[in-house]
Amino acid sequence: MTQLKTEEKGEQTSRLLVILSKGTMDMVYPALMIANTGATMGKEVHMFFTFWGLDAINKRKVDSLKVAPVGNPGMPMPNILGMIPGMTAMATRMMKGRMAKAKQPSVHELFKMAKDLGVKLHACSTTMEVMNTPRETLIDEVDDVVGAATMLSLGEGGQIIFI
Amino acid sequence: MSALQPHKVLDCRGSFCPGPITELFKAYRSAQLGDVIELLATDPAAKADITAWAQKSGNEVLDVVDEQGYIRILVKVTKKRS
Repeated sequence: MTQLKTEEKGEQTSRLLVILSKGTMDMVYPALMIANTGATMGKEVHMFFTFWGLDAINKRKVDSLKVAPVGNPGMPMPNILGMIPGMTAMATRMMKGRMAKAKQPSVHELFKMAKDLGVKLHACSTTMEVMNTPRETLIDEVDDVVGAATMLSLGEGGQIIFI
Repeated sequence: MSALQPHKVLDCRGSFCPGPITELFKAYRSAQLGDVIELLATDPAAKADITAWAQKSGNEVLDVVDEQGYIRILVKVTKKRS
């Protein structure tokens, strides 16, 4: 595999840190798309998963992330209807269908792509404790478990995106 | 078309950002220096995105041709990373 890192050649590598704090499909997709695109452009890319962002790298949840119609005024329906049982599943199905039509890979496929592109995935240690999510519940693609100081140093001097 | 024969043609019509970039990057990884990659796209962001990618990665956009309902972009691999 071609290594993306330009450091070895002594060139300056630009960095990108994407912090994901939400676990709904409409938040996870853009985070991964931005990270993967950054990697194709030669950036050194890190993703940090905190709070509900941890759901995105949870083995049991990564393939069943949802879109919430409640509290989302962008949905093409009166917001109150989002509370009806089954509405979340329906909105999720709709979104998945639309994404497939635009030839977008699944979230898990995007993670595999990210790894292939050299993106580093970091889980937040505090969130893992608070949400009772031990390392073995996370997908294999995760590189390590870190804290805020490590995360900030990974993003130092680069672009930081918080979702 | 001119004498310029692409080494690889990527049909990304119907695919949206970052699909075309991802496909281009995959082809770029396995390409040789000097290769020309042709990409077909319907995504309205493709032209600007691929130009930005080429600029950032040190490669060259040779031509952008407007076809009926899609664009054809020719990218020359002028820089390979390690």
